[in-house]
Amino acid sequence: MKDWSKAVKRRKNDLILIFAALLLAAALWGALAVFRSEGAYALVTVNGEEYGRYALDKDTQQSIISGEHSNLLAISEGGARISEADCPDKLCVNQGEIRYSGQSIICLPHKVVVEIVGGERSNIDAVVR
Amino acid sequence: MSAGRVARYALLIALALVLSYVELLVPLSVVVPGVKLGLPNLVIVFALYRLGARDAWIISLVRVVLVSVMFSNAFAMMYSICGTVLSLTLMSLLIKTGRFSTVGVSVAGGVAHNIGQILCAMLLLSTSRIAYYLPVLLVSGTLAGVLIGIASGLLVERVKTDPQR
Repeated sequence: MKDWSKAVKRRKNDLILIFAALLLAAALWGALAVFRSEGAYALVTVNGEEYGRYALDKDTQQSIISGEHSNLLAISEGGARISEADCPDKLCVNQGEIRYSGQSIICLPHKVVVEIVGGERSNIDAVVR
Repeated sequence: MSAGRVARYALLIALALVLSYVELLVPLSVVVPGVKLGLPNLVIVFALYRLGARDAWIISLVRVVLVSVMFSNAFAMMYSICGTVLSLTLMSLLIKTGRFSTVGVSVAGGVAHNIGQILCAMLLLSTSRIAYYLPVLLVSGTLAGVLIGIASGLLVERVKTDPQR
Protein backbone atom coordinates (compact mmCIF):
# COMPACT_ATOMS: atom_id res chain seq x y z
CA MET A 1 0.00 0.00 0.00
CA LYS A 2 2.80 2.38 0.93
CA ASP A 3 4.76 1.52 -2.19
CA TRP A 4 1.71 2.21 -4.23
CA SER A 5 1.15 5.72 -2.86
CA LYS A 6 4.84 6.48 -3.31
CA ALA A 7 4.60 5.49 -6.95
CA VAL A 8 1.60 7.77 -7.44
CA LYS A 9 3.47 10.63 -5.77
CA ARG A 10 6.43 10.04 -8.09
CA ARG A 11 4.20 10.03 -11.13
CA LYS A 12 2.79 13.36 -10.00
CA ASN A 13 6.26 14.85 -9.48
CA ASP A 14 7.27 13.55 -12.93
CA LEU A 15 4.35 15.34 -14.50
CA ILE A 16 5.18 18.58 -12.66
CA LEU A 17 8.76 18.32 -13.92
CA ILE A 18 7.67 17.69 -17.52
CA PHE A 19 5.20 20.56 -17.33
CA ALA A 20 7.88 22.89 -15.91
CA ALA A 21 10.29 22.04 -18.74
CA LEU A 22 7.64 22.68 -21.40
CA LEU A 23 6.60 25.91 -19.68
CA LEU A 24 10.21 27.08 -19.65
CA ALA A 25 10.47 26.31 -23.38
CA ALA A 26 7.26 28.25 -24.10
CA ALA A 27 8.39 31.22 -22.00
CA LEU A 28 11.78 31.32 -23.74
CA TRP A 29 10.18 31.03 -27.15
CA GLY A 30 7.74 33.82 -26.30
CA ALA A 31 10.49 36.09 -25.01
CA LEU A 32 12.62 35.50 -28.12
CA ALA A 33 9.63 36.14 -30.42
CA VAL A 34 8.68 39.40 -28.67
CA PHE A 35 12.16 40.85 -28.88
CA ARG A 36 12.85 39.99 -32.49
CA SER A 37 13.05 42.53 -35.28
CA GLU A 38 14.26 42.46 -38.87
CA GLY A 39 18.00 42.96 -39.13
CA ALA A 40 20.12 45.10 -41.42
CA TYR A 41 23.29 43.03 -41.90
CA ALA A 42 24.43 39.46 -42.00
CA LEU A 43 27.58 39.35 -39.90
CA VAL A 44 29.84 36.42 -40.77
CA THR A 45 32.46 35.23 -38.31
CA VAL A 46 34.91 32.43 -38.89
CA ASN A 47 36.72 30.97 -35.91
CA GLY A 48 35.38 33.80 -33.74
CA GLU A 49 36.87 36.51 -35.95
CA GLU A 50 34.84 38.81 -38.16
CA TYR A 51 34.95 37.72 -41.80
CA GLY A 52 32.60 40.29 -43.28
CA ARG A 53 29.19 41.94 -43.06
CA TYR A 54 26.72 41.99 -45.88
CA ALA A 55 23.67 44.26 -46.17
CA LEU A 56 20.40 42.35 -46.27
CA ASP A 57 18.68 44.80 -48.63
CA LYS A 58 20.95 43.85 -51.54
CA ASP A 59 20.62 40.42 -53.11
CA THR A 60 24.02 38.79 -53.35
CA GLN A 61 26.03 35.58 -53.07
CA GLN A 62 29.24 35.35 -51.08
CA SER A 63 31.69 32.50 -50.74
CA ILE A 64 33.00 32.10 -47.22
CA ILE A 65 36.35 30.40 -47.46
CA SER A 66 38.17 29.21 -44.35
CA GLY A 67 41.18 27.05 -45.07
CA GLU A 68 39.95 24.28 -47.35
CA HIS A 69 36.35 24.69 -46.24
CA SER A 70 33.78 26.76 -48.05
CA ASN A 71 30.21 27.83 -47.42
CA LEU A 72 28.11 29.83 -49.87
CA LEU A 73 26.08 32.63 -48.27
CA ALA A 74 23.06 33.75 -50.30
CA ILE A 75 21.15 36.93 -49.48
CA SER A 76 17.81 37.53 -51.10
CA GLU A 77 14.71 39.55 -50.20
CA GLY A 78 16.02 40.57 -46.80
CA GLY A 79 16.93 37.05 -45.67
CA ALA A 80 20.22 35.17 -45.51
CA ARG A 81 20.89 31.48 -45.87
CA ILE A 82 23.74 29.09 -46.55
CA SER A 83 22.89 27.67 -49.95
CA GLU A 84 25.88 25.39 -50.37
CA ALA A 85 28.54 23.97 -48.07
CA ASP A 86 31.16 21.24 -48.23
CA CYS A 87 30.78 20.24 -44.58
CA PRO A 88 29.83 16.62 -43.88
CA ASP A 89 26.52 17.17 -42.08
CA LYS A 90 24.96 20.05 -44.09
CA LEU A 91 23.13 21.24 -40.98
CA CYS A 92 23.80 24.86 -41.94
CA VAL A 93 22.17 24.37 -45.35
CA ASN A 94 19.18 22.58 -43.86
CA GLN A 95 18.62 25.38 -41.40
CA GLY A 96 17.10 27.56 -44.08
CA GLU A 97 16.71 31.29 -44.03
CA ILE A 98 17.24 33.81 -41.23
CA ARG A 99 16.10 37.45 -41.24
CA TYR A 100 15.47 38.58 -37.67
CA SER A 101 18.00 40.37 -35.51
CA GLY A 102 19.90 37.88 -33.39
CA GLN A 103 19.08 34.80 -35.45
CA SER A 104 22.05 32.80 -36.57
CA ILE A 105 23.19 29.91 -38.71
CA ILE A 106 26.10 27.97 -37.35
CA CYS A 107 28.29 25.56 -39.24
CA LEU A 108 30.06 23.73 -36.43
CA PRO A 109 32.55 21.75 -38.54
CA HIS A 110 33.81 24.95 -40.25
CA LYS A 111 33.28 27.18 -37.19
CA VAL A 112 31.36 29.61 -39.37
CA VAL A 113 28.65 31.73 -37.74
CA VAL A 114 26.25 33.87 -39.75
CA GLU A 115 24.39 36.27 -37.52
CA ILE A 116 21.77 38.89 -38.27
CA VAL A 117 22.65 42.24 -36.68
CA GLY A 118 21.53 45.86 -36.73
CA GLY A 119 18.17 47.23 -37.70
CA GLU A 120 15.42 48.29 -35.36
CA ARG A 121 16.06 47.05 -31.85
CA SER A 122 12.44 46.48 -30.91
CA ASN A 123 8.93 47.73 -31.56
CA ILE A 124 9.01 49.88 -28.43
CA ASP A 125 12.07 51.77 -29.65
CA ALA A 126 10.39 52.41 -32.97
CA VAL A 127 7.42 54.08 -31.24
CA VAL A 128 9.68 56.30 -29.14
CA ARG A 129 11.53 57.49 -32.20
CA MET B 1 38.98 -3.98 -9.76
CA SER B 2 37.42 -7.42 -9.96
CA ALA B 3 37.04 -9.28 -13.23
CA GLY B 4 33.28 -9.13 -12.85
CA ARG B 5 33.41 -5.38 -12.62
CA VAL B 6 35.59 -5.06 -15.68
CA ALA B 7 33.26 -7.31 -17.62
CA ARG B 8 30.24 -5.30 -16.52
CA TYR B 9 31.81 -2.00 -17.57
CA ALA B 10 32.80 -3.52 -20.90
CA LEU B 11 29.30 -4.82 -21.50
CA LEU B 12 27.54 -1.58 -20.64
CA ILE B 13 30.01 0.66 -22.47
CA ALA B 14 29.70 -1.52 -25.56
CA LEU B 15 25.93 -1.32 -25.28
CA ALA B 16 26.02 2.46 -24.94
CA LEU B 17 28.32 2.67 -27.97
CA VAL B 18 26.00 0.58 -30.09
CA LEU B 19 23.06 2.75 -29.05
CA SER B 20 25.06 5.89 -29.92
CA TYR B 21 25.65 4.41 -33.36
CA VAL B 22 22.00 3.45 -33.82
CA GLU B 23 21.12 7.01 -32.90
CA LEU B 24 23.37 8.33 -35.68
CA LEU B 25 21.38 6.24 -38.15
CA VAL B 26 18.21 8.13 -37.21
CA PRO B 27 19.04 11.64 -38.43
CA LEU B 28 16.67 13.64 -36.23
CA SER B 29 19.09 16.54 -35.96
CA VAL B 30 18.59 17.41 -39.64
CA VAL B 31 15.60 19.51 -38.57
CA VAL B 32 17.26 21.33 -35.69
CA PRO B 33 20.88 20.69 -34.71
CA GLY B 34 21.14 18.87 -31.41
CA VAL B 35 17.77 17.14 -31.49
CA LYS B 36 18.24 13.48 -30.67
CA LEU B 37 16.63 10.57 -28.94
CA GLY B 38 19.31 10.01 -26.32
CA LEU B 39 19.29 6.23 -26.65
CA PRO B 40 22.59 5.82 -24.73
CA ASN B 41 20.81 7.38 -21.77
CA LEU B 42 18.98 4.05 -21.41
CA VAL B 43 22.24 2.50 -20.29
CA ILE B 44 23.16 5.46 -18.11
CA VAL B 45 19.82 5.59 -16.28
CA PHE B 46 20.01 1.84 -15.78
CA ALA B 47 23.55 2.15 -14.38
CA LEU B 48 22.52 5.00 -12.07
CA TYR B 49 19.71 2.93 -10.54
CA ARG B 50 21.24 -0.52 -10.53
CA LEU B 51 24.98 0.09 -10.09
CA GLY B 52 25.38 3.53 -8.57
CA ALA B 53 26.56 6.99 -9.51
CA ARG B 54 30.27 6.16 -9.77
CA ASP B 55 29.76 3.40 -12.34
CA ALA B 56 27.37 5.58 -14.31
CA TRP B 57 29.97 8.36 -14.47
CA ILE B 58 32.69 5.99 -15.66
CA ILE B 59 30.47 4.41 -18.31
CA SER B 60 29.16 7.67 -19.71
CA LEU B 61 32.48 9.52 -19.79
CA VAL B 62 34.22 6.61 -21.52
CA ARG B 63 31.31 6.46 -23.96
CA VAL B 64 31.53 10.17 -24.80
CA VAL B 65 35.26 9.98 -25.46
CA LEU B 66 34.98 6.84 -27.60
CA VAL B 67 32.00 8.12 -29.60
CA SER B 68 33.76 11.41 -30.29
CA VAL B 69 36.93 9.67 -31.41
CA MET B 70 35.01 7.32 -33.70
CA PHE B 71 32.23 9.46 -35.14
CA SER B 72 32.96 13.16 -34.63
CA ASN B 73 35.64 15.61 -33.49
CA ALA B 74 37.19 17.35 -30.52
CA PHE B 75 34.69 20.19 -30.61
CA ALA B 76 31.72 17.87 -30.52
CA MET B 77 33.42 16.07 -27.65
CA MET B 78 33.49 19.25 -25.57
CA TYR B 79 29.79 19.83 -26.18
CA SER B 80 29.02 16.25 -25.27
CA ILE B 81 31.09 16.36 -22.11
CA CYS B 82 29.37 19.54 -20.91
CA GLY B 83 25.98 17.99 -21.61
CA THR B 84 26.90 14.71 -19.96
CA VAL B 85 28.32 16.29 -16.80
CA LEU B 86 25.26 18.49 -16.26
CA SER B 87 22.87 15.69 -17.11
CA LEU B 88 24.51 13.10 -14.83
CA THR B 89 24.80 15.54 -11.93
CA LEU B 90 21.12 16.42 -12.11
CA MET B 91 19.99 12.82 -12.57
CA SER B 92 21.96 11.55 -9.56
CA LEU B 93 20.56 14.38 -7.42
CA LEU B 94 16.98 13.60 -8.45
CA ILE B 95 17.46 9.90 -7.78
CA LYS B 96 18.80 10.75 -4.32
CA THR B 97 15.65 12.71 -3.47
CA GLY B 98 13.65 9.56 -4.27
CA ARG B 99 10.73 11.67 -5.41
CA PHE B 100 10.86 10.93 -9.11
CA SER B 101 10.45 7.81 -11.22
CA THR B 102 12.80 6.96 -14.08
CA VAL B 103 10.62 9.14 -16.32
CA GLY B 104 11.22 12.30 -14.28
CA VAL B 105 14.90 11.49 -13.88
CA SER B 106 15.40 10.86 -17.58
CA VAL B 107 13.46 14.00 -18.60
CA ALA B 108 15.69 16.08 -16.32
CA GLY B 109 18.71 14.32 -17.81
CA GLY B 110 17.65 14.99 -21.40
CA VAL B 111 16.85 18.65 -20.76
CA ALA B 112 20.06 19.17 -18.77
CA HIS B 113 22.10 17.54 -21.53
CA ASN B 114 20.74 19.98 -24.10
CA ILE B 115 21.20 23.01 -21.84
CA GLY B 116 24.77 21.93 -21.09
CA GLN B 117 25.58 21.63 -24.79
CA ILE B 118 24.10 25.05 -25.56
CA LEU B 119 26.01 26.68 -22.69
CA CYS B 120 29.22 25.06 -23.91
CA ALA B 121 28.59 26.21 -27.50
CA MET B 122 27.90 29.74 -26.24
CA LEU B 123 31.26 29.78 -24.48
CA LEU B 124 33.25 28.18 -27.31
CA LEU B 125 31.75 30.28 -30.10
CA SER B 126 31.41 33.32 -27.81
CA THR B 127 27.92 34.16 -29.00
CA SER B 128 24.70 34.13 -26.98
CA ARG B 129 22.63 33.80 -30.14
CA ILE B 130 22.51 30.03 -29.98
CA ALA B 131 19.93 30.49 -27.22
CA TYR B 132 17.45 30.56 -30.10
CA TYR B 133 17.73 26.79 -30.27
CA LEU B 134 16.91 26.32 -26.61
CA PRO B 135 13.08 26.29 -26.77
CA VAL B 136 13.08 23.56 -29.42
CA LEU B 137 15.78 21.61 -27.63
CA LEU B 138 13.91 21.82 -24.32
CA VAL B 139 10.79 20.35 -25.91
CA SER B 140 12.67 17.66 -27.80
CA GLY B 141 14.71 16.83 -24.70
CA THR B 142 11.53 16.43 -22.69
CA LEU B 143 9.84 14.17 -25.24
CA ALA B 144 12.94 12.02 -25.67
CA GLY B 145 13.30 11.94 -21.87
CA VAL B 146 9.78 10.59 -21.43
CA LEU B 147 10.36 7.78 -23.95
CA ILE B 148 13.76 6.83 -22.56
CA GLY B 149 12.36 7.10 -19.02
CA ILE B 150 9.58 4.63 -19.70
CA ALA B 151 11.95 2.20 -21.40
CA SER B 152 14.62 2.43 -18.71
CA GLY B 153 11.95 2.04 -16.03
CA LEU B 154 11.13 -1.36 -17.50
CA LEU B 155 14.82 -2.25 -17.62
CA VAL B 156 15.52 -1.18 -14.04
CA GLU B 157 12.54 -3.16 -12.83
CA ARG B 158 13.35 -6.37 -14.66
CA VAL B 159 17.12 -6.66 -14.84
CA LYS B 160 18.54 -7.33 -11.40
CA THR B 161 22.21 -6.93 -10.67
CA ASP B 162 24.38 -7.27 -7.63
CA PRO B 163 26.64 -4.22 -7.39
CA GLN B 164 28.95 -6.01 -4.93
CA ARG B 165 30.20 -8.43 -7.49
